Amino acid sequence: MRKSIALHLGLIALLIVLQFVLPAYHHGNMARIMVMATYAMGYNIMFGYTGLLSLGHAMFFAAGLYGMGLSVQFLGMGVGPAFGMGLFASLTLSLVVGLLALRTLGVAFMIVTLMFSQTIFLVILYFNPYTRGDEGFVIQQSVRHIFGLDLSDPTIRYFAALVLFSTVLIGTLKLVQSNIGRVFIAIRENEPRAKMLGYDTWRHKLLSVVLSGTVSGAAGASYGILFGYVGASFAQVPYSIFPLLWVLLGGAGTVIGPFIGTLFMFYLIDLSSTVTDAYMLVVGVVLVLLTMFARNGLIGIVRERWAKWLP
Amino acid sequence: MEFGPHLLLATLEGLVQASVLTLTALGLSLVFGVMRVVNVAHGEFYMLGAVLAWFVTSMIGGSAAIGFMAALIIAPLLVGLLAALADWLVLRRIDYDPERTIVATIGLLYIIQQVTLMTYGPDAHPVAPPFNTRLALPWFEFTDGGLSMYWPWGLSTTSYKLFVIAAAIVTLLALWMLMAKSKLGLILRATQLDGETAQAFGIPVEKVYALVFGMGAALAALGAVLVVPIQQAHYLMGDDPLLLSFIVVIIGGLGSLRGTVVAAILIGMSDGIISVFFTPTLAKILATLLVAMVLVYRPNGLFGAKPA
Amino acid sequence: MAAVTLLSTRAVSKTYGGLKAVQNVDFILPKGEIRALIGPNGAGKTTFVSMLCGRIPVTSGVIEFEGTDVTALPDHKRISLGIAYTFQITSIFANLTVYENVALAVQRHHVGSDKNLKIQTKIALARVGLHPFSDQTAGDLAYGHQRLLEIAMGLGQTPKLLILDEPTQGLSDGEIDAFKTLIRDVAQTTTVLLIEHNIDVVMSLADQITVLNFGEIIAEGTPAQIHANAAVQTAYLGGDDA
Ligand SMILES: Nc1ncnc2c1ncn2[C@@H]1O[C@H](COP(=O)(O)OP(=O)(O)OP(=O)(O)O)[C@@H](O)[C@H]1O
Ligand SMILES: [Mg+2]
Repeated sequence: MRKSIALHLGLIALLIVLQFVLPAYHHGNMARIMVMATYAMGYNIMFGYTGLLSLGHAMFFAAGLYGMGLSVQFLGMGVGPAFGMGLFASLTLSLVVGLLALRTLGVAFMIVTLMFSQTIFLVILYFNPYTRGDEGFVIQQSVRHIFGLDLSDPTIRYFAALVLFSTVLIGTLKLVQSNIGRVFIAIRENEPRAKMLGYDTWRHKLLSVVLSGTVSGAAGASYGILFGYVGASFAQVPYSIFPLLWVLLGGAGTVIGPFIGTLFMFYLIDLSSTVTDAYMLVVGVVLVLLTMFARNGLIGIVRERWAKWLP
Repeated sequence: MEFGPHLLLATLEGLVQASVLTLTALGLSLVFGVMRVVNVAHGEFYMLGAVLAWFVTSMIGGSAAIGFMAALIIAPLLVGLLAALADWLVLRRIDYDPERTIVATIGLLYIIQQVTLMTYGPDAHPVAPPFNTRLALPWFEFTDGGLSMYWPWGLSTTSYKLFVIAAAIVTLLALWMLMAKSKLGLILRATQLDGETAQAFGIPVEKVYALVFGMGAALAALGAVLVVPIQQAHYLMGDDPLLLSFIVVIIGGLGSLRGTVVAAILIGMSDGIISVFFTPTLAKILATLLVAMVLVYRPNGLFGAKPA
Repeated sequence: MAAVTLLSTRAVSKTYGGLKAVQNVDFILPKGEIRALIGPNGAGKTTFVSMLCGRIPVTSGVIEFEGTDVTALPDHKRISLGIAYTFQITSIFANLTVYENVALAVQRHHVGSDKNLKIQTKIALARVGLHPFSDQTAGDLAYGHQRLLEIAMGLGQTPKLLILDEPTQGLSDGEIDAFKTLIRDVAQTTTVLLIEHNIDVVMSLADQITVLNFGEIIAEGTPAQIHANAAVQTAYLGGDDA
């Protein structure tokens, strides 16, 4: 218990130090990685801890992104309240999707989430006059202020991303060590048994979907605020596959795994882009190799071999 | 044009679409039916079929007909072999676990798509049809003198389109014969019922799986070769057939071949009709939502038995 | 002492397609009893108790627990009322530790501090003698120990009614003796419904025995009465004694 708190606080401390020493290029990358790792942590709540494999998380990310972006654009909100709108949008969507999709299991669940997400993407295209479709729209720099801080400034952006990341990291840690988190894990491991212990597994699964979707939405809203762009590409299939990939690579069902996976994948793609434009090839190869040879991901392997205590 | 002839034309166009869709969706359904796995890379095998058809026809040169006929055989064969290889190297090693198979085939999807992008390039290329005679169609109307036949202006199709429909029907019949009458069909059906028992009775289940996975991909490729003289070959062309095949297989009832054929014809035919009334995006939204809802409320498909 | 009824069924049946797994069972279980449920393989014992705990729905009939109709109640709610079921086919959380398995059972019903949760969990483990294995991965335990873990999870739920489905299967003689002592102890506070093939265990533990054959109750009574019952002899015990 103490070891795990030390590890996670240590990571946050390291990220604070990195803000002062990283060269500009990697500094910008790291801010992006922290936001995307938050998305991955949201995904992990459902997939890693509760055992529900969604192929449609882009819809939650997009709900946060557009909930925020449209509120700024058409309701003239500041980014603070607009962030709240993003959260609300993703929470509502995840509740609805959860209520419907949880009626199915396994492969059907995967396809249903994929289909719902595709619907959301098409809806964004359909309302092209508001969303500007594929092209997307920019959140003006003049709007991206909160408490008098300019969120487009690299240092402030870095810290804002760090606040989001740390909150979700510690939140996830608390969650998985709580009673509710243990029930999530019980459902992942053996749902019929969890039921026979008296747990309302359906309700817990719904809670997991809502938490997961809302955290993903928070990541989406933050992404729009910090990087100033809202676009339909974030609602497309690849953005549902990425968090799955990051979590699988880092280690599903580990608190720190999503961050490690996002970090590795980001730089893997970054490096490969100097060789080829077809960077999705790297994504494909890593996915296949992971399913074949490293089901538990990097941190999963560490946990198996050296550190059973890792949450 | 009047309503009657117009409908005939729409029906013919719809039938061409439905023919290609039936073949593609059957491939997906066959794989799911026998192996109980969902192949997300199915659309890429379709795309490969089209791209290979272009390679074959441009390499052979000469008359369009010879090149095309060669492509019709070579492309599905190569794609089938490649898929069987992927099955042997990847899916077999993850024990056909349903969830991991989906993840692995997503990986395959990107590998195939991106390698095609790197070799074939981002442009679309046409393939010439082997024959393309314009055929005018007659229509009937009642006049004072009774029933009379006339040839409305614009009511026509091409010999190639009729060929596509015929080719699909022939393939369907062949597949049905194979499943119902041959020893291989018996083996497939036994494996579908219960893989473990089949194994115990000496059926080499792993080889059957590789064969089925290859056959499924080859069916998609065949559909693509047929479509490529009407529609150009492009490295991203696999997305829509994948989505449509999913829709068909789900509506028709996962793994049911008969349901798949019925649903493919229905959806292929209505695709054109729906997009007359709605914008294409709205039509897609409705179709996608419908499929999700069918899976949620009728997991055995619209034509399948009600869940217990 | 006028016995209070804890659980009763009226005309409970379960059919699978054409197969009548359980037919018209009227069953009354008084509070505080150790009741054994016996019968040949396939008699419908597991099916019957699964309907009691809500794992499978009844085809027809009524189940009452503490005087209220629970037939339509979903499984987890019924368990929450104070029924615990240990699986015939071992069903544990194989990738979690032994401790976590039992903690999950305790957690559902326990009120109070985390410390109390720990203590309750340790007590349940100690009662079945698994405390030395707390930190082991449950799936790595020997088969007999996994059976004991099932029982520990049942105890951890502190149920009013503990249903044990062939708990001694795979246990050593020494472990069976310990099991008997444990159940006598448990029965001080808990009603026990025990499905068992080991006749020695049944005879020495049970207050009353119910015999099921082809989904129907064919006899009910004290161990001595059942031992003397001719119908039971032919249906079931006969095979063993001959
Ligand atoms: N899900 C099911 N579907 C169809 N038949 C079933 C099902 N479950 C049980 N049965 C049948 O119901 C009958 C009763 O089974 P049950 O498991 O209740 O017997 P049992 O008394 O517990 O036997 P055992 O001593 O072997 O555990 C058997 O004939 C069995 O084959
Ligand atoms: Mg049984």
